[in-house]
Amino acid sequence: MSTHGDHQEMSFWRKYIFSQDHKIIGLQYGITALFFLLAGFTMMMMMRWQLAYPGQPVPFIGGLLGEDNAPGGIILPEFYNQLGAMHGTIMIFLGVVPLAVGAFGNYIVPLQIGAPDMAFPKINMTSYWAYFLGGVIMMVSFFVPGGAANSGWTSYPPLADIATMGQTFWLFGMIFLITSSLLGSINFITTIIQLRVKGLTWMRLPFFVWAQLVTAFLLLLAFPSLEAAGVLQLMDRLLGTSFFLPSGLVVSGQILEVSGGGSPLLWQHLFWFLAHPEVYVLILPAMGIVAEVIATNTRKPLWGYKSMVYSTIFLGFMSFVVWAHHMYLTGMGTAISAFFQTTTMIISIPSVVILTALLLSLWGGSIRFTTPMLFALGFLPMFAIGGLTGLPLGLAAADIPLHDTYYVIGHFHYIVAPGTIFALFAGIYHWYPKITGRQLSETLGKVHFWGSMVFMNGIFMPMFVQGLAGVSRRLWDAGEQYAHASGVLWTNEWMSISAWLLFVFQLPFIYNILRSLRGPKVESDNPWQATTLEWATTSPPGHGNFATPPVVYRGAYEYSVPGHEADFLPQNQPEKG
Amino acid sequence: MEMIPYTVEIREDTGLNNAKLGIWLFLASEVMLFGGLFSAYIFLRIGAVDWPEGSSILSVPIATFNTLVLISSSVTMVMSWASLKTQNFDRYRLYMGATIILALVFLVAKGFEYSEKFSHHLYPSSSTFLAIYFTITGLHGLHIIGGLIVNGYFLGAGSKMWATDPERFTNRIEIAGLYWHFVDLVWIFLFPIFYLL
Repeated sequence: MSTHGDHQEMSFWRKYIFSQDHKIIGLQYGITALFFLLAGFTMMMMMRWQLAYPGQPVPFIGGLLGEDNAPGGIILPEFYNQLGAMHGTIMIFLGVVPLAVGAFGNYIVPLQIGAPDMAFPKINMTSYWAYFLGGVIMMVSFFVPGGAANSGWTSYPPLADIATMGQTFWLFGMIFLITSSLLGSINFITTIIQLRVKGLTWMRLPFFVWAQLVTAFLLLLAFPSLEAAGVLQLMDRLLGTSFFLPSGLVVSGQILEVSGGGSPLLWQHLFWFLAHPEVYVLILPAMGIVAEVIATNTRKPLWGYKSMVYSTIFLGFMSFVVWAHHMYLTGMGTAISAFFQTTTMIISIPSVVILTALLLSLWGGSIRFTTPMLFALGFLPMFAIGGLTGLPLGLAAADIPLHDTYYVIGHFHYIVAPGTIFALFAGIYHWYPKITGRQLSETLGKVHFWGSMVFMNGIFMPMFVQGLAGVSRRLWDAGEQYAHASGVLWTNEWMSISAWLLFVFQLPFIYNILRSLRGPKVESDNPWQATTLEWATTSPPGHGNFATPPVVYRGAYEYSVPGHEADFLPQNQPEKG
Repeated sequence: MEMIPYTVEIREDTGLNNAKLGIWLFLASEVMLFGGLFSAYIFLRIGAVDWPEGSSILSVPIATFNTLVLISSSVTMVMSWASLKTQNFDRYRLYMGATIILALVFLVAKGFEYSEKFSHHLYPSSSTFLAIYFTITGLHGLHIIGGLIVNGYFLGAGSKMWATDPERFTNRIEIAGLYWHFVDLVWIFLFPIFYLL
């Protein structure tokens, strides 16, 4: 680095900013991702104001939104579209995935496999900074002429091809994020395959590591397809090609002067070839966290560990052959629809196997109702609601009337919000003592849990009602102009109030995280009395993680072993005599 | 980073070192990237009302020449690695230099081909055929440039490692070689689908 400046300062930069230590990088990912989750949530709260009280000025922050976006604090339709597109983009690509994979994966996976670090520390650092730059590009796009991307998070052409400059920023931002996830996934797979310590065979791996491994393969092989699509869309926007523009396309009453011959369907195929596996990228790490938390807090082994592992692998394979179930409305033809309906019904089986195994793991356990356990228990029914409401969408006949209604929004938010995000909360409460050496307040945690539980449902449950009544998902005025929507629009006010109260109940969480940093140290390195390797080292672990490489003697969840005095038997504890 | 195991030595149960596994994973991702673009080519061609004969627009002789150039560069790349295996560093430099020169020859020929098209007012925006041609060959060209930078580094500053850690340096050349062969292989697919079929 620079030749001047004292040694102390250099070591700060190397240690905390351009660090190559997987734990620091994991924390960088985590803090950045939590910030983006808050940003995406704030955008949603503004949209919810518009939906509850269309055409009324946004209180408190309305004046800060700018005259181009919200004159007099009243959100313009164009700005509403930007908020919608960017809420989705930020929540998925900058919030949930970086937190689930970048943060938890980075911090926990090397510890759970007993490794000193990730296999490629420099690539790991590059991955974080590519993500960071991608995020900056996305946020900057709000300030370019025409504002941020406004064609939905799916960026469907032809609309996205002819949209304002923000779409170009979106595409460049995505290329950075794809690069980041490519580098990350290579690192994860190599680390898990190569750096497992002695004795840690495949069937002794914690389920969380399995979930991260399959997730990394999905990121590795699915994201390039969006990169290809993004390159083609950039060509369309910058060099005037017509990959996604059909001949004779009319824009504002004029036939577009392009060579034509392109196909909007091509984008959809390439996009969903990524975006369906992406759904499993969102859910698998969450399932992994929930499995860890449930095993620790029921004091018994996971029920059906092996079937969970095989289901996860099968899920990974199948997720590559279901993408066109997002496209039943495009008129692909009944034969193709039939194929994708079949694969979609098949892929629901492994999800149900995993969920059932997690549920049965509770049977006969001596359950500790800690905060992480509450979030893990909350995950199970919430994910089940999300999964079961997805079945009608997997069948073309039911999907055609429900497509693009609030029913779809309700369905996937149940998977991602009270599903995945609850699991991520569980992970934060579960691993906070490992990361900081301090415990989060249980009381504040329980307030956080019950408030979030009630108001998450308050937001998303009415969406099913609206969707079944046929309310379309991207309407700026919430559907006031449609007669068929008039009976259900009163729910909007309740949903919006739930959203704002959900925010209020995140405040104890934020306060808890910050205040507990100064709290008393936990007396044990293993406060939950868990069995996996991350608890076999100090809290927080030092550079290199383990003083000597641990050796593994047994499976990951040896709780309540008959004849053993303690109710847990750590993986690295040698067999007696 | 000496403490990370299997950076040079091979892990017994997988038979790989970290970087070897990493490059294969990277190439798998690259296969999906070019696979997506080739699928786009097929999709667009099937849906097109008419599709031009490649050889009526593009120059088959230049492309044939470039195919031979790239195949030769793959051979010299292997030879540079083999030279290190036999501890002959001077011969390594000779073959690595040849690989770099061949890559430059390829790019010059490609650049000549591009400017020839532009001078006849044939741009990416002119037709779907030209659009996908410029996109895929352009992306391939970027991969060639990436390989040039890596190989240039291993000929210059990066080759200092030969003195300190020869085994690791040899591994690096092998891995750079795997990437280089992949880039060649992509061209082997590109050549027929745009120029011949």
